[in-house]
Amino acid sequence: MLSLTLERQSWAHRIPVGWKLAALCGLTFFVFPLENIALLTLGIGGVGLLCASLGRVGFTASLRGLRPILWFAVIILGYHLLVGRIGQGLGIVLRMLLLVGAANFVTMTSRLSDMMNWVIWALSPLRRLGIPPERIALAFALMIRFTPVLGQRAAHLAQAWRARSNRRVGVGIVAPLAVSALDDADHVAEALRARGGVR
Amino acid sequence: MERNIVYIAVFAAVIAALGLLPKLTLISGIPITAQSMGIMLCGTILGARKGALAVILFLALVALGLPLLAGGRGGLGVFTTPWAGFLFGFPVAAFATGLMMRWLRGARVGVSAGIAAVVGGIGVLYAVAVPYYMAMTGAGLVDAIVTAMLPFLAGDLVKAVAAGAITGAIHKARPRAVMSRA
Repeated sequence: MLSLTLERQSWAHRIPVGWKLAALCGLTFFVFPLENIALLTLGIGGVGLLCASLGRVGFTASLRGLRPILWFAVIILGYHLLVGRIGQGLGIVLRMLLLVGAANFVTMTSRLSDMMNWVIWALSPLRRLGIPPERIALAFALMIRFTPVLGQRAAHLAQAWRARSNRRVGVGIVAPLAVSALDDADHVAEALRARGGVR
Repeated sequence: MERNIVYIAVFAAVIAALGLLPKLTLISGIPITAQSMGIMLCGTILGARKGALAVILFLALVALGLPLLAGGRGGLGVFTTPWAGFLFGFPVAAFATGLMMRWLRGARVGVSAGIAAVVGGIGVLYAVAVPYYMAMTGAGLVDAIVTAMLPFLAGDLVKAVAAGAITGAIHKARPRAVMSRA
């Protein structure tokens, strides 16, 4: 399945995931109360440099990562322009760009498997509450496997719908999708039990 | 135990699959995605605890870098926008939907699921998302409602009604699988 991590290795890929997450966390706490436009712009420049250090592919990917929030930025700016508080609106948008850019940088330079190992390590204290991390790891793995299967099935159901009807594909395919997913779940649960079950 | 884990994982995947569906467009011109219906279905079908866990599992994989949110978004960045309150509100909404489902267990499945989806998937979700938006942007209540709530409300009502009907249909097809009623 497609992941948002950049394939090509960079210096940032080699930094342990835990450090990157800690740095991101620290940055968020620092930036959150910040309202100084100049400082925020400086921060965005810094994140831009980080992204540029990943090469051309990395830089375009990080711009692509900002695209979904552009809409939101337009809404916020438009609204603040309307009520005459453009300075406040600009601060919100810059802060958002900075934080989203930095977070996307971490995502682009961290492999899913590394992230998952880190999460499972971080959750290992839950063992004392009677939740072994292996169970969480199994849930992760099952979901990663099921997602493309169900996505494919949804596409098939949509295709079958279009073959039968000239109305647009709608919520009509959700119930059959869910029922088939539940049947899959029963089979997999049975198979897991047959192989010794989950501890 | 096996059944619980697999159901949680499968429903996390259902939320993801619903995000892959093409957008439906309302009369108002605002595109809605089926994804938040997945959150409601987790509550109405799996019940409060398992429903919330399925949503948390889904969000965890989004945070770790899978582009599973509607529109192919994902990664840590989506949790840093002012609208992230919706994401943080998702598990709470699923939990509340499951609780409502249990509270309404006297009514027909489809009806109680519809009501539970409205209360949990809309009421509770906005009760988390709107204050979060206000805290992140310093907006007042009116500002927040105009920019973070009104654009999505009509679509959410449609989805809650649909979630009720779908839960009813699933209960008819696989009564044992509707864990909130089993």
